[in-house]
Amino acid sequence: MNFGLTEEQQMLSTVARRFLDEQAPIAKVRDIMESPEAFDDKLWSAMAELGWPGLIVDEAYGGVDLGFVDLTVLLEDTGRGLLPAPLISTSLAAAAISEFGSDEQKQRYLPSLADGSAIGTLALIEDSDTLGPDGIELNGAKEGDGYRLSGTKRFVHDVGIATLFVVPFRAAGNILFAVVESSADGVSAKSRSTMDETKRMGDLTLDGALVAQDNILTGATDGATALARLLDLATVAVTAEMIGAMDRALEMTTQYAKDRIQFGAPIGKYQGVKHPLAEMFVDVETSRSLLYYAAWCVAEKPEDLPVAAARAKAYASDAFTRIGIDGVQLHGAIGFTAEYDVQLYLKRSKWALPAFGDAEFHYERLASLGGY
Amino acid sequence: MDFNLTTKEESFRDEVRTFIADNLSPEARKDPGFLGNWLKKIREKRWVGFNWPEEYGGGGGGIMEQVILKEEMSKAGAPPLGLCMMGLQWVGPAIIQYGTEDQKNKFLPDILDSKYQWCTGYSEPGFGSDLASLQCKGVRDGDEYVVNGQKIWTSLAAWSDWIILLTRTDFDTEDKHEGITCLLVEMNSPGVEVRPIKNMAGSSHFAEVFFDNVRVPAQNRLGDEGKGWGVTISALAHERSGISEVAGLVDQLDDLVQLAKRTKRNGRPASEQPSIRHRLAKASVIIEGMRLNGQRFLTKQLKGEPLSSETSINKLHRAFLAIELGDLALEIKGSASQYTSGDNGPGMEQNRLPSGALDWPNVVIGGGTPNIQRNIIAERILGLPKD
Repeated sequence: MNFGLTEEQQMLSTVARRFLDEQAPIAKVRDIMESPEAFDDKLWSAMAELGWPGLIVDEAYGGVDLGFVDLTVLLEDTGRGLLPAPLISTSLAAAAISEFGSDEQKQRYLPSLADGSAIGTLALIEDSDTLGPDGIELNGAKEGDGYRLSGTKRFVHDVGIATLFVVPFRAAGNILFAVVESSADGVSAKSRSTMDETKRMGDLTLDGALVAQDNILTGATDGATALARLLDLATVAVTAEMIGAMDRALEMTTQYAKDRIQFGAPIGKYQGVKHPLAEMFVDVETSRSLLYYAAWCVAEKPEDLPVAAARAKAYASDAFTRIGIDGVQLHGAIGFTAEYDVQLYLKRSKWALPAFGDAEFHYERLASLGGY
Repeated sequence: MDFNLTTKEESFRDEVRTFIADNLSPEARKDPGFLGNWLKKIREKRWVGFNWPEEYGGGGGGIMEQVILKEEMSKAGAPPLGLCMMGLQWVGPAIIQYGTEDQKNKFLPDILDSKYQWCTGYSEPGFGSDLASLQCKGVRDGDEYVVNGQKIWTSLAAWSDWIILLTRTDFDTEDKHEGITCLLVEMNSPGVEVRPIKNMAGSSHFAEVFFDNVRVPAQNRLGDEGKGWGVTISALAHERSGISEVAGLVDQLDDLVQLAKRTKRNGRPASEQPSIRHRLAKASVIIEGMRLNGQRFLTKQLKGEPLSSETSINKLHRAFLAIELGDLALEIKGSASQYTSGDNGPGMEQNRLPSGALDWPNVVIGGGTPNIQRNIIAERILGLPKD
């Protein structure tokens, strides 16, 4: 039994925090979020030099060959700093290709994802905003040995900068996964700003886009199971970023409660302030416990992953909602200003709530999985 | 990060499981002498006082083995590992750490043999959360201490043979944690009076205890005079992760899920009602959160680092669940939950969990209220100023 980080994982976190302090402090984050796609290619290149986009990619395909727990450690840190970068999206696209691609497909796609020259993302949601096989209505029309796709994928993260999309569609009574390149004919993206200014997402429209047989991931023989697996990985990744952000929001608010004097004392002396902070701490640490178990399940106990991921995201969604609100509220009026950083964390909590299922969605899922 | 057991730990778990299979069959439980046999057998295995050093009759069990033993027993719904609960949990460990040889010989074997019940005389009418301000007075008189004062919320006092008692022997100290002396007092001493307090659920498991010129031999002082506060904090490597407690909560939740499936609300099984499904699922998430928090605490203990304020995290979750699970049972059962007498009729759910919504204060208030736990976290972990 060892529920702790290895020395290597601690090192990864140390390096990440130093990098973010130097290269992406909050002032820089604010600059980047003002840009059309909330993206800075120089920063992305610097991240790629550290191996981050390929963290969980096999060494044979140009990656660092670490696991999902390591990725979780890193995403906690990028979440702390509200780093605007397509790290989750690219990692998840790489995970999809790593898990379900043939060796040839891995050779073709993974090295460019790992070195940052390609940006990947999952396009799993359609008009119904349903997570899971029922949400996949896009039909592939057989043409030659490939398929022609026409339809729109919604809420695609980093859609405006992604060069590579993992697109599930229906064909031959199964769900197949196509790897679609942004430069292909009939592929267009519409990026939109979101409540969280550090994030972008939008529509991926396929207008008769042709997908060749060798662009379809060969290992996803049971499409519904593969889709569920990808959704679970995405759920864990998003939760990791949430927990880093809530930890930082707690830290900022705690510091404010120590510094801000009212009625002749730091406000953190009053139980009306210290008790919500204590609750925030309970929430952050419990979220973290649930998160790391889910991340561990990815490789070590895949049969437990659906439940573990649902628990982590359900708890974290409730927790971050409270922390976002209390973080701003405990700051008083200053927390409400655009200039002050704590509000950015409130916005992140709003962004994260529906991402890959809100608390309600996951509670219902747990009830079903638990046989209620 | 590794949630698996080592081979050695697995073989210990198998040993426990085999023992449970051999000794806890439904037939064995029907035997009138079941509990006596059980206590004798686990005593022979040295699983009573499993974390105590072997030289004092304990099992010398490591932290991980303690977790495995307690978790397996809890999952199997086994009787307790020894009946002298407080004796095993903190009185014995305090005697091992602070007691004289005579005290060790006198008290420890009886605790292990479930011979005596102990109770704990800490809280007073004026000093509950602010325990260190306690006023129960102890005055040295020759070879004895003379005790005058009152304790309250003393669990099991009416059934106890001994009490571990905190008294104030010095009223002039600057630090209120100084000047407290710990005495081991026989409950049948002249001048000790127990008045049970009936709680709102109708049971009387706690009591007021009055001390009127009670004479306690000085040899029954535990630790040095004036240093009694430290005695309350044991350094014994006692497994504190709370993981075993989680097995009981999982059982309780399973019972509620089954109840919801067979209870009709608005003509449909209650388990189909979204609000009930949501609450059940949420409780399951918090229970699992407690288990995993416990594993983090356990990791810390296994590395030899002492646990301190972080255990307040699970204390707060435990308090929430104690209230929530009781109320959830009411929500599932609807109007039928209100009856405390009579039969609900054929095919109707009987009131198997009637007091769940009322008997939570033991868990929620005992050992520090939720607001005290929040103070502990805020002040000791987050470093906010004391109020």
